[in-house]
Amino acid sequence: MSPRALTAWILGAPGVILIIGFLFQAIAAANSSFFFTWGYYAEVLIAGLLQGVMYSLVALGFVLIFKASGVFNFAQGSLVLFAALTMVGLMEMGLHWVLALVATTAVLVLVALAVERVVLRPLVNQPQIILFMATIGIFYFLDGFGQTLWGSDVKVLDIGIPRDPIFILPGLVEGGILINQFDLYAAATGGILVAVLAVFFQKTRIGRALRAVADDHQAALSVGIPLKVIWAVVWSVAGFVALIAGIMWGGKLGVQFTLALIALKALPVLILGGFTSIPGAIVGGLIIGAGEQVAEVFLGGFVGGAIQDWFAYMLAMLFLLFRPQGLFGEKIIERV
Amino acid sequence: MFYREAGQFKTSYGADQAIFPILQDKLALAGIMAVALFVAPMIASTYWLETILVPFLVFSMAAIGLNILTGYCGQVSLGTGGFMACGAFFAYKLTTAFPDLHIVLVFLLSGLGTAMVGILFGIPSLRIKGFYLAVATLAAQFFLIWMFNKFGWWTNYSASGVISAPPRSVAGDLFITGPLASPIVKYLFLVVFVAVLALIAKNLVRSRIGRSWMAIRDMDIAAEIIGIRPMIAKLSAFAISSFYIGIAGALWAFVYTGSVEALAFEINRSFQVLFMIIIGGLGSILGSFLGAAFIVLLPILLNNLPSLIGVQMSVDLIGHLEFMIFGALIIFFLIVEPHGLARLWQIGKEKLRLWPFPY
Repeated sequence: MSPRALTAWILGAPGVILIIGFLFQAIAAANSSFFFTWGYYAEVLIAGLLQGVMYSLVALGFVLIFKASGVFNFAQGSLVLFAALTMVGLMEMGLHWVLALVATTAVLVLVALAVERVVLRPLVNQPQIILFMATIGIFYFLDGFGQTLWGSDVKVLDIGIPRDPIFILPGLVEGGILINQFDLYAAATGGILVAVLAVFFQKTRIGRALRAVADDHQAALSVGIPLKVIWAVVWSVAGFVALIAGIMWGGKLGVQFTLALIALKALPVLILGGFTSIPGAIVGGLIIGAGEQVAEVFLGGFVGGAIQDWFAYMLAMLFLLFRPQGLFGEKIIERV
Repeated sequence: MFYREAGQFKTSYGADQAIFPILQDKLALAGIMAVALFVAPMIASTYWLETILVPFLVFSMAAIGLNILTGYCGQVSLGTGGFMACGAFFAYKLTTAFPDLHIVLVFLLSGLGTAMVGILFGIPSLRIKGFYLAVATLAAQFFLIWMFNKFGWWTNYSASGVISAPPRSVAGDLFITGPLASPIVKYLFLVVFVAVLALIAKNLVRSRIGRSWMAIRDMDIAAEIIGIRPMIAKLSAFAISSFYIGIAGALWAFVYTGSVEALAFEINRSFQVLFMIIIGGLGSILGSFLGAAFIVLLPILLNNLPSLIGVQMSVDLIGHLEFMIFGALIIFFLIVEPHGLARLWQIGKEKLRLWPFPY
């Protein structure tokens, strides 16, 4: 990102937050039933941002696969569920969580290899929509497979992350700002994951090969990059990201069938940030998470609540009208 | 030997442009219609009519609608469930507000209403393309379901949020909705209704407008350069597709299930219809029917399979295995024939023309 764009972001983002805050304050002044204080606003905002990081964790998996193979991988959600189920299953067998983590990663690598061999290789050179449908097939398969193996009861996944709420900044605003500690850890994990991925993509040999494949399959092949290996690697990495997301979401909500559906929450994040950009997934997640939370808490009351279900999609859609490739997506160049 | 066009000469432009130019095709179609109209109602049991044939026809309608948008115009949509809900709830509001309105008219009007909604949600397609558009259509899906769920006005303030179709007849005693409707009448009504609308769709896609959709699908910039207006082509595809899907939704709620809540049209419904057109064949009206038949029959088959081969399993396990097999079969079909069942039929026809002398 250019320095100018960076400054625009650093100045722009708090500006937008402040403007929305003042807007709400104005509404509160005009309408006495509308509750608004800056402390409460900050609390909602921070909760939303932390929630957003969780969305980003899922969106990251999508981005990785789309970048490297051009496949819009709908199965990422069920991969999250499958990873979490396997992890819990192994832990229930008495394994320490670190061992379970390693074992689950191994299982996910196997899944990645199988997907590459059985699904992607025969479908090479097919139109994107066919590949997309194939990943929906994988979605159904993994969903059923995971639950056949491990059962469909709601399970508790606990690897010892503290989950008591804490108060911060008690001096600055009245009563302090309430934050869920679990969300903080999740956000930190997300940050570390992105940093690791960034190093992996920028510095390692395989990472460079991945970027080359993302740019142009044919050119990558012609300079001797093995496409099959790269795809297996990228699905494995996506599986690992799914595992992390599964641990975080599973710890928050319990491991159950609905975990597969959080993929739907990651989709608006994805189009807002751009299908091909890792920073985009993070920034998109933050925007969607915060926007959704703030809208639900402050505006949801006007229209009957539960606007979380669609607000993110509307936000992303309106945004795309102005920037069809998302925030950080590669500029779409079309030739006849 | 039996299937060839040799010797069938056309003497007018009209004959040359017929939908089925070959005599054998015409006979086959007439045969299928005759079976559907006269033989099927006689031999099919109530179970067959209610759980297989009726949903098959309703889904065919939805699949034709989505095929117009995705198969012919190339705009991937995941909002099918939302548009079906639109049709269902529009039809409910119309028929409860105007009880004297003929039920067929109600269906058509609710289709028109859905077409308006479709245009509205189709506007982003002018700027957004590909998967970005697919995700953007999810906005329609979630927003519409939320709206029908949230506002009691749509369900006439029923406490459960469920709408039940009031009894309506096509003519005289021939009830097609409500408790008095007999499966045979429902089925025959659907056969005629779906056949007429499918015929219209088939003609639409061969007409000027259908060709402009296909040009947009193949490459929209090139289409624009040769003088096709993308806005009109895309929005008309959204409108007509939503018209069909809306009617399918109304039929689903009124004729198939009889009572329905907004959650019946969730995202899974959208995927189901998308599967139908992909398995059946993108850009093919025949494919819409084949795909609908496949997707309607497959779960029923999978459900009955364990008891057929005599294996005892818990209901839970069957459900999960069903998911697995469904997913695996989808992948299998995509690998074997990515262009769908309609393509298999085409290949079969080519083979049949040469048979039994392939050289």
